[in-house]
Amino acid sequence: MRYEAPGSVDEAVKLLADANGAARILAGGTDLLVQLRAGMISPEVVVDIKNIAETEGITADGGGFCIGSTVSGAAMGEHADLCAAWPGVVEGVELIGSTQVQGRATMVGNLCNASPAADGVPALIAAGATCTIVGPKGQREVPVADIPTGPGKNSLANGEFVINVKLPARPANASDAYLRMIPRTEMDIAIVGAGVNLVLDGSGTCTEACVVLGAVGPKTITVADAAAALVGSKVDDAALAAVAAAASAAATPIDDKRGTVAYRTKVAGVLASRAATIAAERARS
Amino acid sequence: MAKHHITTTINGEEAEYLCEPQETLLDVLRDQVGLTGTKEGCSSGDCGACSVMLDGRLVCSCLVLGVEAGGKSVETIEGMADGEDLHPLQQKFLEEAALQCGFCTPGVLIAAKALLDTNNNPTETEVRYWLAGNLCRCTGYDKIIRAVMDTAADMRGA
Repeated sequence: MRYEAPGSVDEAVKLLADANGAARILAGGTDLLVQLRAGMISPEVVVDIKNIAETEGITADGGGFCIGSTVSGAAMGEHADLCAAWPGVVEGVELIGSTQVQGRATMVGNLCNASPAADGVPALIAAGATCTIVGPKGQREVPVADIPTGPGKNSLANGEFVINVKLPARPANASDAYLRMIPRTEMDIAIVGAGVNLVLDGSGTCTEACVVLGAVGPKTITVADAAAALVGSKVDDAALAAVAAAASAAATPIDDKRGTVAYRTKVAGVLASRAATIAAERARS
Repeated sequence: MAKHHITTTINGEEAEYLCEPQETLLDVLRDQVGLTGTKEGCSSGDCGACSVMLDGRLVCSCLVLGVEAGGKSVETIEGMADGEDLHPLQQKFLEEAALQCGFCTPGVLIAAKALLDTNNNPTETEVRYWLAGNLCRCTGYDKIIRAVMDTAADMRGA
């Protein structure tokens, strides 16, 4: 195995393309090093992208934010403006692993590793985030929802990698929330996750909403019926009950010792409803 | 494959080592640099026994490549005491016997210091969540949490 730490996007793309699939990208390393150690992967070259300026930092971007792909969860949690604008996105990322893992793990790594239970992903999709992908054919912007394609699989082509994620500008009275259910109280993998992003008007009526479930299917599930139940409502009990029913109806979970189908299906509705409640409370304040 | 020649700072002093690209910072600290206070538990980032500070961030050294430490600052348990003077956390862990076999203790101390360096008035819940990534196989958690809380109280009173 070779280790390379290119200083530019072009060098990194060339290294990745030349390796023709035998390369792995290193940012936080909290998944990569575990996979290396376990012998699950044996890449010819590991390309560390942390010396590339375009992957660094959190910057204000046209009213929204541009988050570099090597920014750690801890750094996101310390960014007061980002936390105020997108508390749901940040709280999802902050649920990934321990304090130690937070010091290294990145939101983009969580996205690209494509675990169905990734805590950093549902709220990010609900936020309508896009990411910038660079590769041999140049640069493209895609919705983050298009990155995971199934458990452990993503849509990046050979030679491509993500340099940043962009969160859009926020209108007034908008917020988001993410909740997950784990069998333990900490340091566990979600058996259900729910991210809700919504916008209220001046009277408190919901004008836009997106509800995304994690861990109850091979990919995240965007529940259009739950969003439709929120839009036009005051996020009241009737709307929340409809959100819960829609989320439970959309869930297609697996059945295992960590959670049965019946339990995960029920909890999907409960968490979607609670996340919508929290997002609405935040949007009102 | 050629080894990488890495120059870094460990506990405030310049250090250099040769390492293979796949070697972890944990391996390097223990086997090349001779600092064996940092322990190997799970080697998958779950147990926290290998906790060190890397450029001021708490990390698992088993999840960092040795080559990545080049030009950075690493702080290990060996740098925690000031000569013969123990850090207040180390002193409190001794006084309150907040350890049993001691294997997790270096990682717990590094992690607890990282918390108290930024927040000397944490709630018990905050301490428990902060240290959730430090596993104690002897299950001596209660004394660990109490020792951290008591150290914080001393630091506030000092």
